[in-house]
Amino acid sequence: MALSIVESCVNCWACVDLCPSEAIYATSTHFKIAPNKCTECEGDYANPQCASICPIEEAILDSLGRAMNPAGSLTGISPEKLEAAMQEIQAR
Amino acid sequence: MELSVIGNSSSAADSAAGGCSAGSCGSTDDQLAHLPEHIQEKVHNHPCYSEEAHHYFARMHVAVAPACNIQCHYCNRKYDCANESRPGVVSELLTPDQAVKKTKAVAANIPQMTVLGIAGPGDPLANPQRTFETFRQLTEQAPDIKLCVSTNGLALPACVDELAKHNIDHVTITINTVDPEIGAKIYPWIFWNKRRIFGRKGARILIEQQQKGLEMLVERGILVKVNSVMIPGVNDQHLKEVSRIVKQKGAFLHNVMPLISEAEHGTFYGVMGQRGPEPEELQDLQDECAGDMNMMRHCRQCRADAVGLLGEDRGEEFTLDKIEAMDIDYDKAMKVRAAVHAGIEQELAEKQAKKARLSSGAVAEEPAKQYRPVLMAIATSGQGLINQHFGHAKEFLVYEASAKGVRFISHRKVDQYCIGNGTCGEKESALAGSIRSLQGCEVVLCAKIGFEPWEQLEAAGILPNGEYAMEPIEDAVRAVYQEMIATGAFDKTRPGMAEGRLSSDAQAIA
Ligand code: SF4
Ligand code: SF4
Repeated sequence: MALSIVESCVNCWACVDLCPSEAIYATSTHFKIAPNKCTECEGDYANPQCASICPIEEAILDSLGRAMNPAGSLTGISPEKLEAAMQEIQAR
Repeated sequence: MELSVIGNSSSAADSAAGGCSAGSCGSTDDQLAHLPEHIQEKVHNHPCYSEEAHHYFARMHVAVAPACNIQCHYCNRKYDCANESRPGVVSELLTPDQAVKKTKAVAANIPQMTVLGIAGPGDPLANPQRTFETFRQLTEQAPDIKLCVSTNGLALPACVDELAKHNIDHVTITINTVDPEIGAKIYPWIFWNKRRIFGRKGARILIEQQQKGLEMLVERGILVKVNSVMIPGVNDQHLKEVSRIVKQKGAFLHNVMPLISEAEHGTFYGVMGQRGPEPEELQDLQDECAGDMNMMRHCRQCRADAVGLLGEDRGEEFTLDKIEAMDIDYDKAMKVRAAVHAGIEQELAEKQAKKARLSSGAVAEEPAKQYRPVLMAIATSGQGLINQHFGHAKEFLVYEASAKGVRFISHRKVDQYCIGNGTCGEKESALAGSIRSLQGCEVVLCAKIGFEPWEQLEAAGILPNGEYAMEPIEDAVRAVYQEMIATGAFDKTRPGMAEGRLSSDAQAIA
């Protein structure tokens, strides 16, 4: 059981300082979670700390590959709204 | 437009602070005079707080604090564009060791640099190890540099004692509201007590921590400045209340900044089409919130890693590899710096004395009260002179000339997103942006100006003037105002000015 960080991570460091298991490490592209170290914070905290502070939706996945913070859950911008705004910008 | 008499909403705070209400202070020379001596001493050579000093002294920020513990609707943590220039956006993250090295390199090469700030790109106090390690080393190795820090306030109460240890004398707290209802519209979530907390509940905690932090800092004699982002329709009216409260609690400055919101930035407000304030709206609110604290308007929303004199970014000269190659003898540099600072102080003192002599004479010989105040925009790159080409100006200083004299009003940033790389902006829109940012101004003073912008400015009812190139700003503004009186400019009504803004002075007279 371990979470994972994927490429949408923006390297903001917020999760690194909080991890009780020192499972999070920097790489040349983005932060990653060492699966053998990650405890999903069990025994330390009620909620996985990395996923509780990460500001980027869909950057951290659970052990089944589902986003801990799905699109729209943090920014309040629904995926449709974001898509529409991006299209409008590109059309300019 | 609503015209309210300045000072009404904050009269209690005003009289407590010395009874000098907004706009009636006359010449900007008095800006610091009403503050207690120990505060004057602390701020008089801080470029963000002093009108005089910001022409001469410089500050820099180092980006050592990437993590953040809250989300604001005007921030997008992904955004990083080299042409962008707003808080929270930086290109080069530094370790504390690198930051100390960079600071010393800049201080040695730009002796005018007096202030080192940590402002981000996240929240400095959400990165306590990195932030305090930087402060600790600098206090030790470069004692002639002042330190300051800005924070969203969430972790502030927990950090106050540590801050006091590092001898930091300026803390800026961004307070956008004191009402959780409004807070929920600005902050979607915070990270608190090991959990993410959404909505009103999160906003309430944030507000409590901000207020508590403010009180704790004031108790310990640490200067507190409060920044607020003006978000039309969300907190614009409410900010007057915020202003009253934070001043009552002892914040010595309240600085209202405009929301910067473009869909391109991918922020909640940007994507949702929340607009930023028009320059005039911003100025009206700033007038109301300023109280007697006129000088705070010098604070710009500078890049978190900006280097150089305010408004001028010299970051390119101090990239990591360039710093590595520098060999800095800081003890030697400190002597040079002390000499340069003394020279500037002397120049400031002389300027001050000269102005005191001049201001004893009236601005206009005629009974000038019947003439309305005029706003003039200045293109300057520093030294208090009109020394910038109109087309090069990334921002304008706005001064007001009136019967009472000449006073600094605000900075107006020009929308200059991405000019030059051809992917996200056009030249025409840059000119249009400049002109839009000059709304309400009747004259623009610059060192030089091209034919095309000249025509368009005239068409917009703004008179370009290049005759005062290289002259001191205030003298030129005074002279132009007198010319306007002499040539009968006030006899004609200006199209579009009928409903235009009246300054506080005009209201006081009316
Ligand atoms: S879930 Fe907990 S243990 Fe696993 S990486 Fe995140 S913070 Fe570390
Ligand atoms: S908090 Fe999220 S975005 Fe920031 S470094 Fe960790 S995974 Fe990446």
